[in-house]
Amino acid sequence: MIENSENSILKTENLTIGYPQKKQDHIIFSNINLSIEKGKLISVLGKNGIGKSTLLRTLCKVQKPITGAIYFEGKELNTYSENDLSKKLSVVLTERLPESQLTIFELIALGRQPYTNWIDTLSKADLEKIETAIKQTEIGHLKNQRFYELSDGQLQRVLIARALAQDTDVIILDEPTAHLDMHQTINIFSLLQQLVKQTNKTIIVSSHEINLALKLSDEIILLTENNLQFGTTEALIAKNAFDKLFPNNLLKFNKSLQQFVINKT
Amino acid sequence: MKQKSYNKQFILLSVLLIVLFAMNISLGSVTIPFKDILNTLIGDTSVKESWQTIILNFRLPKAITAILVGSGLSVAGLLMQTLFRNPLAGPFVLGISSGASLGVALLILGSSLFGGFFLAHSVSNWSFPIAASAGAFLVLSAVIIAANRVRNTMSILIIGLMFGSLTSAVISVLAYFSEAAQIQQFLFWSFGSLGNLSWNEILVFMVIYVIGILATVAVIKPLNSLLLGENYAKSLGINVKKNRNIILLITSILTGVITAFAGPIAFVGWQCRTLLE
Repeated sequence: MIENSENSILKTENLTIGYPQKKQDHIIFSNINLSIEKGKLISVLGKNGIGKSTLLRTLCKVQKPITGAIYFEGKELNTYSENDLSKKLSVVLTERLPESQLTIFELIALGRQPYTNWIDTLSKADLEKIETAIKQTEIGHLKNQRFYELSDGQLQRVLIARALAQDTDVIILDEPTAHLDMHQTINIFSLLQQLVKQTNKTIIVSSHEINLALKLSDEIILLTENNLQFGTTEALIAKNAFDKLFPNNLLKFNKSLQQFVINKT
Repeated sequence: MKQKSYNKQFILLSVLLIVLFAMNISLGSVTIPFKDILNTLIGDTSVKESWQTIILNFRLPKAITAILVGSGLSVAGLLMQTLFRNPLAGPFVLGISSGASLGVALLILGSSLFGGFFLAHSVSNWSFPIAASAGAFLVLSAVIIAANRVRNTMSILIIGLMFGSLTSAVISVLAYFSEAAQIQQFLFWSFGSLGNLSWNEILVFMVIYVIGILATVAVIKPLNSLLLGENYAKSLGINVKKNRNIILLITSILTGVITAFAGPIAFVGWQCRTLLE
């Protein structure tokens, strides 16, 4: 059923995503066949409202697929219990954290929860994982601050550290660079790229930073109207896939620069 | 859980608690030397008999009730605030304590309406807490059902307040049909009081309280992850739905038993969240 499954960690088979409704299901994309390998940085690109979050939510098992199947390490996603899955897949969401008095360390430590005992005591191994996560994201100086004292960029790093502490093979991030300035955006993206290289994790990230994503990701999932394409930046450029990303001619894709540029009129 | 240790604060507050407890017992309209109080507490019968009675049957039960009520309400407040991710949420605001009042009102006032059934049971120590817990649970479930329809936390609070008014309306109707003695009994209860509890009642109180606290300890882990919000909790492998029901059940039991014994004074539960977190 699954070819070259050695490296493939996440695979979809004739997957249809969308929202089930009484009369007729609202289908966002159908016939998705992805095979995502270990140790890759994958960007999910597409304009607002095209279904990036729907795709990510389906891959995280937050939302059920309408038809088709998702295989995680060769096993169907449905067969994972919530606790098992939490050791395989971690997330960074766009939603704001609810108000609380958590310090950064405590917030990251919560990533260890799938491994802790029933009253949440941290073992030595847990503490080590947390330290590594803090080191990898370079946020040691923030450790004892409360999370609401941080800037958006710092908070994203902390949330990424939390996902790292969860020690999963796959991390899914939903628009981690929203609200961030240019410097922080590049900062986060290069951090993700570094992490993929250092840890051989698979990171799937949805973003609107198309130019940056094209430069830094290994592969792209490109969402356009009724069409989902998957491949390396070069392969997608060769197929002229980016021409259809945005509707009007304000922006144009420049092949030699491998970037979108503003149309001069 | 935490690297930043909270031990220091915990010890400090425990010491404070003991000091206040001692003060509570030793101060009152009858002056009793501190030495005699200690002697009484350790069971020395050589102390003046009237003093013994005052301490053992009035001050001590009152002090214990105060501790149980205060900590129980704080725990209930903490549970609600974590669950609803809103520092305003608490047993009082969400109408849960009103529900408990309704339960008690039905028991006291309704006995004349419904006749023998309630009356026969109202003698037992357990009937108050059971009625109050049932009332609390009823209102809480209604709030939950409503809360599932609306996503906005603010509306949940408003719904809670609405249920609160509704229950007080029902209580008024009950009062209209009741006899003076029963109304008086209910009114005295509703003033709220930490005293007047017999040792038997305190025993019942303690049993239910301990059950509630133990159950709370069991949901520490889900509670921690809920601090990040429901979606993160889910991604950490927590069964959010199941744990939400457990948390609500604990809250209604704790609020119910406290309201039953000490009256509707649940607003105490508001403040203490940061401390417990």
